[in-house]
Amino acid sequence: MKYMLLINAGAVDENGGAEGCAPEDWMVYDKEVREAGILVSGESLANLVTATTVRVSPEGERTVTDGPFAESREVLGGFYVLDVPNLDVALDWAARCPGARGSGSVVVRPIADFGA
Amino acid sequence: MNAEFPATEASSLVDTVFREEHGRLLASLVSRFGDLDLAEEVTSEAVEAALTHWPRQGVPDRPGAWLLTTARRKAVDRLRRDRTLALRVAVLQAELERTELVAPSSEVSDFPDERLQLFFTCAHPALPAEARGALTLRCLAGLTTLEVARAYLVPPAAMAQRIVRAKKKIREARIPFRVPASDELPARLPGVLQVIYSIFTEGYAASSGATLQRLDLADEAIRLAWILHRLMPAEREVTGLLALMLLIHARRDARTGPSEELILLQDQDRNLWDRELIDDGQRLVVQSLSGGPAGPYGVQAAIAALHDNADDFTTTDWPQIVALYGVLLALDPSPVVAMNRAIAIAMRDGAQAGLELLDELAAEPRLREYHPYAVARADLLARLGRRDEAETAYLRALRLAGTDPERNHIRRRLTAISTDVDEQ
Repeated sequence: MKYMLLINAGAVDENGGAEGCAPEDWMVYDKEVREAGILVSGESLANLVTATTVRVSPEGERTVTDGPFAESREVLGGFYVLDVPNLDVALDWAARCPGARGSGSVVVRPIADFGA
Repeated sequence: MNAEFPATEASSLVDTVFREEHGRLLASLVSRFGDLDLAEEVTSEAVEAALTHWPRQGVPDRPGAWLLTTARRKAVDRLRRDRTLALRVAVLQAELERTELVAPSSEVSDFPDERLQLFFTCAHPALPAEARGALTLRCLAGLTTLEVARAYLVPPAAMAQRIVRAKKKIREARIPFRVPASDELPARLPGVLQVIYSIFTEGYAASSGATLQRLDLADEAIRLAWILHRLMPAEREVTGLLALMLLIHARRDARTGPSEELILLQDQDRNLWDRELIDDGQRLVVQSLSGGPAGPYGVQAAIAALHDNADDFTTTDWPQIVALYGVLLALDPSPVVAMNRAIAIAMRDGAQAGLELLDELAAEPRLREYHPYAVARADLLARLGRRDEAETAYLRALRLAGTDPERNHIRRRLTAISTDVDEQ
């Protein structure tokens, strides 16, 4: 079963590290999920100021706006999709993720299976 | 088998068997089929089948095993109707036939007890806190959704939705049915104990409201704790929690007066206390405190045991209780524990000593709006004869108290201090 780990990071410093974890921690974690053979995909998102929103009105008119920029201190900074047997295993991997430390948090969401 | 078995007796036997076996039956089916809804449906179908068959054909020798076999057959039937599961059904069918061959007509009355897995599933931290107790009562105690709703004073539709949502999360997020490994146990077991204790306190705090139903809830919590204790005899905090609940529950008949008013420990008629429960509780307290450092439930149970042992309030072993609150405070440094310790110190060393400690806690945010704190302070002020201050403190407590029995109790205290003065 696939689970998405949504990594909500706290403030990131100029070296890309957040509170309680250094870039090396991420490299170690990344290596671990690869070697465990459970990694489906994973990306780190670019800085939030680069976010852009697209909406299409009922008339088909496209609007593009800057943002949104969340009010909260935590922003979605990246994600992993892992294939593991159950929620407890997914929660264990989430707990080991450097993004869960300090003011960060990791939200675990099962990925819908439409029986394809 | 007794072909002449009267229908009413058979149905009351189904009731008994259902109560005793429901959790085990359900746990066994869940572990076999991995689907809580399916397990629940076939469990109730098996009970219905028993209600039709037993009055006519007599009650089988091993009613629990009969129910399990029947429920399993029904589960296989249901799965067979779902063609996408054909392969799984074939495996299950073969397994079912094999077990029936090995143990003809009986599934052996001591079929494996998988209730422990169910306890951990129902109390999983990924489920909302308000659903955990409900789910535990539903699955392990076998209460209907309606009964659970009544117990928690929640509209049945809202409770049904809460339970459905929790079961959906178990299924779709794939919360596993398993007992945590020994290295995870210290983190997960307190959650299970918390669920049972909160069921108990839910029943207990309300023994002044819609009476009977809620005392049932305290009984249910104790029954669940007994099951858990039998499944995990070596876990001393499980033993401690069971002891604690027995020792508190032993006082139930003395806790309220004829018009449902609250009677405090110091004013209770100790002849009404249930000696049998106290004896059980005391035996278990010793177990829970032996063989290693004590846990918070064990220490609280030891305090309750000292209260239950005393002939009256004043001759209670206060020095020992103060010492135990000291231990508890080290395990759980919360202002409420500190407050209770201060009250015990007031009993040991006098009201002035207790009041000084209570006043030191005045700035604690958790106590500022906590009416027992205001009551305790008022009581000590009254004992010291500081009537005006006591009155102010009682009036504050009156504003903070949430229920009528509590407010009435404070009003009686208020009246008492003014009468005391008049008499002087």
